[in-house]
Amino acid sequence: MSRLREVFTELRRKGEGALVGFVTAGDPTPDRSLALIRSMFGAGLDILELGVPFSDPTADGPVIQRSSARALAQGMTLEKVLAMCREIRRFSRVPVVIFSYYNPILAVGPAAFYDQAVDAGADGVLVVDLPPEESREMLDAWKGNDLDLIRLVAPTTPTERMEAVTREASGFVYLVSMTGVTGSAGLDLTEVEATAGRLKQVTSLPVCVGFGISKAEHVAAVCRTADGAVVGSAFERLIEENLENENLPDLIAAYTRELKAATRRTSP
Amino acid sequence: MTMHTASQPMPDPRGHFGPFGGRYVAETLMPALLELEAAYGEARTQKSFQEEFHALLTEYAGRPTPLFHARRLSEACGGARIYLKREDLAHTGAHKINNTLGQVLLARYMGKRKVIAETGAGQHGVATATAAALFGMECKVFMGTEDVRRQAPNVRRMELLGAEVVPVASGTGTLKDAMNEAMRYWVGAVRDTFYVIGSVAGPHPYPMMVRDFQRVIGDEARCQILEREGRLPDVLVACVGGGSNAMGLFHPFLADPVAMIGVEAAGEGVSTGKHAATLGAGSVGVLHGSKSYVLQDEHGQIREAHSISAGLDYPGVGPEHAWLKESGRAAYVSVTDQEALDAFRRLAALEGIIPALESAHALAYAMVEAARRGPGEILIVNLSGRGDKDLGIIFRDGG
Repeated sequence: MSRLREVFTELRRKGEGALVGFVTAGDPTPDRSLALIRSMFGAGLDILELGVPFSDPTADGPVIQRSSARALAQGMTLEKVLAMCREIRRFSRVPVVIFSYYNPILAVGPAAFYDQAVDAGADGVLVVDLPPEESREMLDAWKGNDLDLIRLVAPTTPTERMEAVTREASGFVYLVSMTGVTGSAGLDLTEVEATAGRLKQVTSLPVCVGFGISKAEHVAAVCRTADGAVVGSAFERLIEENLENENLPDLIAAYTRELKAATRRTSP
Repeated sequence: MTMHTASQPMPDPRGHFGPFGGRYVAETLMPALLELEAAYGEARTQKSFQEEFHALLTEYAGRPTPLFHARRLSEACGGARIYLKREDLAHTGAHKINNTLGQVLLARYMGKRKVIAETGAGQHGVATATAAALFGMECKVFMGTEDVRRQAPNVRRMELLGAEVVPVASGTGTLKDAMNEAMRYWVGAVRDTFYVIGSVAGPHPYPMMVRDFQRVIGDEARCQILEREGRLPDVLVACVGGGSNAMGLFHPFLADPVAMIGVEAAGEGVSTGKHAATLGAGSVGVLHGSKSYVLQDEHGQIREAHSISAGLDYPGVGPEHAWLKESGRAAYVSVTDQEALDAFRRLAALEGIIPALESAHALAYAMVEAARRGPGEILIVNLSGRGDKDLGIIFRDGG
């Protein structure tokens, strides 16, 4: 069983939603980034999305654009992100999903990327700008089934298309809460519920909801209709506002703890 | 030489030109692209849509544009007869209007009342603002802060036309960043907004659709040269940033025995690294929704492009050009800032025509190519735009 699947099975047993946290690898520096991830794990993070910085992040809002730029200025590359993943494996079994745009993967080569990611102990991959129509090149190059393929579903995705999008997916499905880039405001829970409902009809995979989630109350609300909540820009905003602050790992831990508490449903 | 024939329609149904093209976008945009593809599929075969488009090209954009035999320039080069396809005489001063009229007409057909666009030199922004004004639509144009600075007259023009110009400071503040921001905005506004892409770039169906709207350039040039000379030209020359004016000229000649040369911007010289010669010095990658050549480092991070010409200052190129290069059907060369500036002055002095700096790149190479060929040969250069917008740069960069 994949580690992602184990986590969801275990959380379901405990009546909890999954807290999925995104950080850009290498922001603000590779060492500090690793320390922050350690704090997040210590505070109960269930799944880590490890972002590969890209020069042209067209699906991301200003906060993640800037975090990406900071990480690139530190010389981060996909290889270094995978090295970081390997480092994480020395101290934790928390599942790691590599979150990337396609071009850095294409530059390494999809086959080499698969081998290196598996070797580094990554559990899954989400390629934000690779829809099913263009995925063959990457998937055909993979030599095994040791990486879960996380796919995105949007509120604009028609139900028939949801089926095609989730067919090859595994691990979980990432439901984008709104039409917009990461870090947008205005979480519409009614829309999330409607889209999650349609999605649940076509897939039995766990559904995690992301975009626009920054508060414990959002996490709690989302975990009532879905299997987990993804928080990204809010973590990155906290990092950005405390670049010089030595207590940043503690702040991140406190915030993670608060969000994680909100995933515990009172009546499962 | 690989010929494109009717039996190999390009692109394939999913928008691939050989290994290039396709749709590499976030899922939020996929349904919008599928909807656009379906709507365009209907409209392109619909007689009333095509009639309205061509009536606008004639009555509003001032087509057909002339094919002018540049005698003094030809004489000065001492070789082939040089003809200029005068897209600078189209309404708004560049070929961009052909495409924006087509796309805004399609936006209306799809019931969308808001349009957005990215712009580099400002020509596509002006052309989109113009078409939006004509159809009474709301228009936002994303433009890099560096381009806002170097193309100030076009910013004023867009504002006069009722468009909102949104300055984009991220990255290098040029065309690439404007396109990033337009895509981000579109993700959020996709339900009621039509994105008018200005080049044969972006996700399918844009490269095909923009090519179809721009092919009027080549269709006209083909008729005009046959009428004038009684035969096809020997070679076509056009500048390539994203590549829309070149594709517009080349496409109707693909099955003909006519050589095609695309001219990229070599900036300060390809060896200096400060250039925009994507096909000449780039490698295969994915940027802005399609697979093509891009300027990138070994880790797949996109590099900055450099060119004196804002319209060519782009680290990507349309996927069909990548295919024409790969298949050997077209050749791609590059010309430096200085060579373009020299050609700019030469044409003004010899023919009384001030070309856009983008078009001056094509002209610079055409002069070299013409000199290599005999007086019996014919060369057509796409004079894609007029140079008024560039006077500030010309007088700043060396009197």
